[in-house]
Amino acid sequence: MQAVTDHLTHATDDAAEIVMSVEHLSLDFHLRTNVLHAVRDVSFVLRRGQTLCLVGESGSGKSVTARALLRILDKNGTITNGKILLRGKEDEIDIAPLTERSKELLHIRGGRVGLIFQEPMSSLSPVHTIGSQIIEAVLLHRAMSKKEAREEAIELLRQVEIPNPDKMIDRYTFEFSGGMRQRAMIAMALAADPEILIADEPTTALDVTTQAEILDLIRRLQVSRGMAMLLITHDMGVVAEVADAVAVMHFGRIVEQGGVEDIFHNAKHPYTKRLLASTVKLEQSHLERDEAAAPEKAEPVLQVRNLTKVYGSATGWLGKSTFALKAVDDVSFDLMPGENLGIVGESGSGKTTLGRLILRTVEPTSGAVAYHDADGQEKQVTELDQAGMREFHRDVRLIFQDPFASLNPRMTVRQIVADPMIVSGTHRGKALEQRVAELLELVGLDPLTMERYPHAFSGGQRQRIGIARALALDPRVIIADEATAALDVSIRAQILDLLLDIQKRLQLSFIFISHDISVVRYFCDRVAVMHRGKIVELGDAEQICTAPVEAYTKSLISAVPNPDPRHKRMMHRTRFTAQG
Amino acid sequence: MTVHSFIDDELETAPAISALRTGEAVETTAAAGQWTLIWHKFRQNKVAIFAGAVILFLYFVAIFAEFLAPALPEASRPQFTYAPPQAISFFATAEDGSTQFLPHVQGYTQTVDQASLRRTFVVDDSLVVPIGFFVHGPKYRMWGLFDTDLHLLGPLKSTDTMYLMGSDKLGRDLLSRLIYGTRISMSIGLIGVLFSLVLGVTLGSLSGFYGGWVDMIIQRGIEIISSMPTIPLWLGLAAAIPITWSPLQVYFIITLIVSLFGWTGLAREVRGRFFALRTEDFVTAARLDGSRERRLIFRHILPSLTSHILAVVTLALPTMIVAETALSFLGIGLKPPVVSWGVLLQDAQNVRTIATAPWLLIWPAGAVVIAVLSFNFLGDGMRDAADPYES
Amino acid sequence: MLRYIIKRLLYMIPTLLGISMIAFVIIQLPPGDYLTSLISRMTQNGENVDPAQIAQMRAIYGFDDPIWVQYFKWITGILLRGDFGYSFEWNRPVSELIWQRMGATLSVSLAALLFVWAVSLPIGIYSAMRRHSVGDHIATFFGFIGLAIPNFILALTLMYVSYKYLGQNVGGLQSQEFIDAPASWAKFVDLLAHLWIPVVVIGTAGTASLIRILRANLTDELSKPYVITAKAKGLPEYKVVLKYPVRIALNPFVSAIGWVLPNLISGVTITAIVLNLPTAGPLLLRALISQDMYLAGSFILLMGSLTLVGMLISDILLALLDPRIRFN
Repeated sequence: MQAVTDHLTHATDDAAEIVMSVEHLSLDFHLRTNVLHAVRDVSFVLRRGQTLCLVGESGSGKSVTARALLRILDKNGTITNGKILLRGKEDEIDIAPLTERSKELLHIRGGRVGLIFQEPMSSLSPVHTIGSQIIEAVLLHRAMSKKEAREEAIELLRQVEIPNPDKMIDRYTFEFSGGMRQRAMIAMALAADPEILIADEPTTALDVTTQAEILDLIRRLQVSRGMAMLLITHDMGVVAEVADAVAVMHFGRIVEQGGVEDIFHNAKHPYTKRLLASTVKLEQSHLERDEAAAPEKAEPVLQVRNLTKVYGSATGWLGKSTFALKAVDDVSFDLMPGENLGIVGESGSGKTTLGRLILRTVEPTSGAVAYHDADGQEKQVTELDQAGMREFHRDVRLIFQDPFASLNPRMTVRQIVADPMIVSGTHRGKALEQRVAELLELVGLDPLTMERYPHAFSGGQRQRIGIARALALDPRVIIADEATAALDVSIRAQILDLLLDIQKRLQLSFIFISHDISVVRYFCDRVAVMHRGKIVELGDAEQICTAPVEAYTKSLISAVPNPDPRHKRMMHRTRFTAQG
Repeated sequence: MTVHSFIDDELETAPAISALRTGEAVETTAAAGQWTLIWHKFRQNKVAIFAGAVILFLYFVAIFAEFLAPALPEASRPQFTYAPPQAISFFATAEDGSTQFLPHVQGYTQTVDQASLRRTFVVDDSLVVPIGFFVHGPKYRMWGLFDTDLHLLGPLKSTDTMYLMGSDKLGRDLLSRLIYGTRISMSIGLIGVLFSLVLGVTLGSLSGFYGGWVDMIIQRGIEIISSMPTIPLWLGLAAAIPITWSPLQVYFIITLIVSLFGWTGLAREVRGRFFALRTEDFVTAARLDGSRERRLIFRHILPSLTSHILAVVTLALPTMIVAETALSFLGIGLKPPVVSWGVLLQDAQNVRTIATAPWLLIWPAGAVVIAVLSFNFLGDGMRDAADPYES
Repeated sequence: MLRYIIKRLLYMIPTLLGISMIAFVIIQLPPGDYLTSLISRMTQNGENVDPAQIAQMRAIYGFDDPIWVQYFKWITGILLRGDFGYSFEWNRPVSELIWQRMGATLSVSLAALLFVWAVSLPIGIYSAMRRHSVGDHIATFFGFIGLAIPNFILALTLMYVSYKYLGQNVGGLQSQEFIDAPASWAKFVDLLAHLWIPVVVIGTAGTASLIRILRANLTDELSKPYVITAKAKGLPEYKVVLKYPVRIALNPFVSAIGWVLPNLISGVTITAIVLNLPTAGPLLLRALISQDMYLAGSFILLMGSLTLVGMLISDILLALLDPRIRFN
C-alpha cells in the first residue's frame, strides 16, 4: 500500500557528515484500553553542523521520537523495531537495544547528545541552584575538579549570554525568567560539548521576541561548535527560519522529508500542503485590499477611557509598603460596530487583564467603559448594578482560551449551550432545543451530537461549542481571549474563518486578544499593541504588521518568524531595549 | 543534502491504534454522563469492588441482626463461662457406625483445673448438638414491629448451646453479640459521618465561596481543632457524659463527639475544591452567562464536588468507627447493656483474659479491622474514580 | 527567614488561646465539679461532710466564680507564674505531676516519629520507583493493614503474642528493678527493650500513611520535566531519584512532623493506657473520670501546645529545605 519513494542509500556522497541515522524506528505505547503506535517506521539522518526540523501537530509523535533517541521513554512505551545509529569517529553504536542502566547509554546522554525541551518553568529543579545543576552535568562527562567545573559552568553561562554569570550561577531557578531558564538549560545541554543537540519545542512557551533571541543563540552555538541539531517544532515559521532539512510527521509517520526549499516550495504530501496552506494563510489579512475601507458608522459600541488596574498597591504587613504593579495603565480605545480590534502583546503585557476589565470580572482601579446598546443608549459599565451587569454580559460575550477548562465536563453540549438562555429565560421547551440545534449548525457541528458530553469532542470542536454558547444570546460584541492559542495551526485557521463567517452573518464586533501576530493580522481590522500595560501603538492591522512606527512594535513584528525560507525575517530583526 | 521523499498515501485522519487483545470492541462514551464514567473507572478497581461488597454485607448483617444472631445478646449461661468456639460439621457418625448427613456442632466436656479451680472446656467429638437453618429459637421483636422466634441458624433443641465464636465470662454467645454489635458500630460511623458531612460541607463551602474574613475565621477554627490531639479531646468530652444518661442518649452524644472532630478534614477538602473550582473557566463562563451565585453553586460547582465528597466521606467513616471502639474500650463511650465492637473489646482488656479466651480479642478486633480496611479500600477506589475527566 | 519565623510565632498566639479555651471548656463540661464528686464519694462511704468546710474550699478554689473568671485565673497563673493549678486528687500542685509524664509522652512520641521516618523513607522511595512490583504490592498491603488496625488493638495483640510466646509481660517502660535505679547503661538497655512495643504500635499507622504519601508525591515528581532533564544529562537512575525528586518529596516528610505528631501523641495516650506506660495518657484518663479539672486541663493544653510546636518546627524546616518558601 505504501509506495515509498525513499532513497536513503543515495545519500552516500556526504555520508561522512552523518552523525546519527535513525532507521525504521517504531514505537508502541500500551495504554489502558489499547495499543497506540506512536511512531511508525521513522527514518532520518542528522548531519554535522546542520539542523533537521521535525514538524508536526499535537499527537504526531514528534516529541516521543526525540526522546526515544536518548531512550527516555515512559514505562508503557517500547521500541518495537528499528535502529538509532550514533556514529562516532571510529565506532558506531546502536542506541535502540541499550538498556536503561547501561554505561554506554549514560555516557551518550548528555555526553554525546544534549537535550533541551519545552517547559522552561519546570525543566530545571526548583530546589537546586542553576550552578549546581550545570556543574553536575560538567562533572558527569568531563574529568575536572569541582573548582574547574564551576569555572566551566560560569563560562557556559557566559556563552549563553546570561549577564553576570559569576553571580547568577548561585541563583535558584525561580529567580530566572523563562528566557533565562531556557538559556541555562542550553548551557547545561552543552556542558559536555555534545555532537548532537536535540531541541524539543525549545521556544514554544516563550514570547516571540525571546523566541527569536533563543533561536538565534542556538543557531550561533550550533555553527560555532559544529553540532548537528534536531529541532522539534509545530511552527512552520520557526522551521523556515532555522532548518536545513525538514521532516513532516503526521500520526506517527514521517509523511514527507527533504531540504527546506523542497518542503516549502515543492510540497508533495497532502498533509504538508495543508499545514503550509494554513500557515501561509495567516500571513495576510482576510480582507481583500479594496474591502478594507469599511463603511464608517458614527457611534462606537464600546468606548474605553483611561482604564487602569493597579495590583498590590496596599500597604503590606508590618507597615511596609509593597510594590505596585500597573497591569493595565491608562488604556483608551473605541470599538466600532462590525469591527475586529486586535489586542496584541507578550505575556505580562496586560492584554488579558484588559479583557477582564472590560467585562468587569476584574474591577478596574480607575477609568471608564461606555457601552452603546442596540437602542443607542449609552451605559457606563463601571457604574452598572448586578442586574445591569447581567444585561451587559448578554450583549458582550467572552470566548475562552482553553477549550477544555471552559466547558463544564459534567454537562451535555445541549445543557452547556442552553445554559445562558435558561438563565435569562429567552427560550424554553421546544424552542430552546431548536435554538441549540440552530446554534450548533451555525458553528459547524452536527445538532445530533447535542446529547454528548464535551469529552467526546476534539479541541477544535470544543472551541466551536464555546462559540455556540457565546452566540446564544445574540451578542453584539465578542471578546476572544487567545481563543485559538490552544489549537493546532490547521484548526486555528478553521476557527478563525468560522468566526469571520459568523461575524458577517450576525454583524458582530470582536475584541481579539492574542500573542500571535499572524493570527491578529489575518483576523483584525485594527490592532492595538500592548507593552507593560500601555497601548504603545494603535492602527490599521496591515500597517502595524508591515510598517510599524513605534520601536517596540518594530522589534515585535520583526521577531515573528516568516514561514518562507527565502525570506528569513527573524535573523535581521530590530532589537528593542526597554528603558527602565 | 537530504533527498526529498514522501509517502504517496491518503491523508490519515486518526492515530494508529490497535486493541490490546484482538476482537475487543472499543466502548463509546460520547453520551456517558459523569456517573457512568465514574462507574467505568471504579469497576476496574477489583479490590474496591470487593471491599464495597464486604461493606454491603456488614450493613446487611446490621439490618437483620436479630434474625441472623442465633441467640439473644444478653442471654447468659453461667455454666458455660469462656467456652471455646465450636466448628460446624455436616456429617456425623451414627451409633451403628454409618456416616449420615447431620449438620451439628460438637458439645463440651468440662474439666476442672485442680490448681486454679477454674473450669475449662474441651470440645468433645462424641457429643453431637444437631443444628439447622431457620430454626425456632429465643423470641425477639423484629425491628420493634412484630414478634418472632425465627433464626437463620441455631441448635434444633433450644436448650442446647451453640458457641460458634465461643462465649464470654457470663457464657453469652460471642457470635450473637458480635452481630448485634455490628449494628451499633456500623451505624455510629454512618450517623457520625452524616453529622460531620453537614458541618464540613456547610462550613467548607461558606469558607470556599465567600473567602475573605469568613474564610479566615473558619480556617482559624479548623486549625485550632485539628491541632488538638484527638484522643485526649475525645476522652475529655466523653468523660463529661453524665452517668445517669440513658444508653440512647449516650449513643447519640458519642456519635456527635466522634463526628465533631472528623469534620475538619472534610471542610478542608471541600474548601480546597471550592477554591479551585471557583476560578475554573467554566464557572466564570457560567457567571458571564448570567447565573447568580446560588445557581453557580448548585448547578456548576456542587455536581463537580459530589463524587469527591462521597469519597472523602467514605474515608472518614473508619475514623469514626475506630473512635467509638476506642472510647467504649476505655469505658467512657458506650456502656453495657449496649453492645458494640468496642464494648465487646472491653472484655479483652488484660493479658490474662486474652490468654484464657483469645477469641474475645480476635473476633471483635477482626470485625473492626475488616470494616476499617474495607472502608479504606472502597474510599480509595472512589477517590481515584472521583474525577473521570483527568487524563 | 527571621521575619518568617516571627510571623509564624505570632500566628500561633490566637491558636494557643483557642486551644486553652477548648481545654478549659472541656474540663468544665461535666455537671458539678470536683467537690460535688468528692462529697458524693464521702457520703457513699458514710463519712460526714462539713458544709462549712465545703463552702470554704469552694471559696478558695473559686468554684462559684463565673466560668470566664475561673479561666482567666487559670490561664494567667500559667502564663505569669507557671502555676497550672492544684490537683485535688493527688493533693499536689499540678506542675509537680505533669512534667515527668509529659516528658515521657514526648520521648515516646519522638522515638515513634524516628521509627516512622526510618521505615517509611526507604519503603516509600522503593514503592514509587518500582511501582506495581511485587515489593510495592507487599508494602501497599501491609500499609493498608497498618492503617486499619487501631493502636490499642495492635497493642493488645502484641501483648498477647509476647505473653503467650515469649512469656513476658511487656507493660510499662521499665522493668520493676530499674524504676527507681539511677541512670545507667543497663537501665537504658532495659528502656529500649520496653520501648519498642509502644513505638511500633504508635508508629505503624503513621508509617503506613507516610509511605502512601511519599509514594504518591514521588510518583508525581518522577514524571516532571526536570527529572527528564536530569536523565538526559546522563545521571544514573538512582542518582536522579535521590538527588531531585526525593529532595522535593521530602517536603511532606518534614511537614509530617506537623500532622504525625498530633496523631502520635493521640496514639500514645490510648496505647499508654493499654500498656500501662508512665506517660500522660493514663493519668489524664483518671483525672477526667474523677473531675480533677486542673490536672486534666493542663494535660490537654500541653498536648495541644506540643503539636503546635511540632507544626512550627516543621514549617521552619520546610522553609530551610525549600528555597521557594524561604524567598517568599
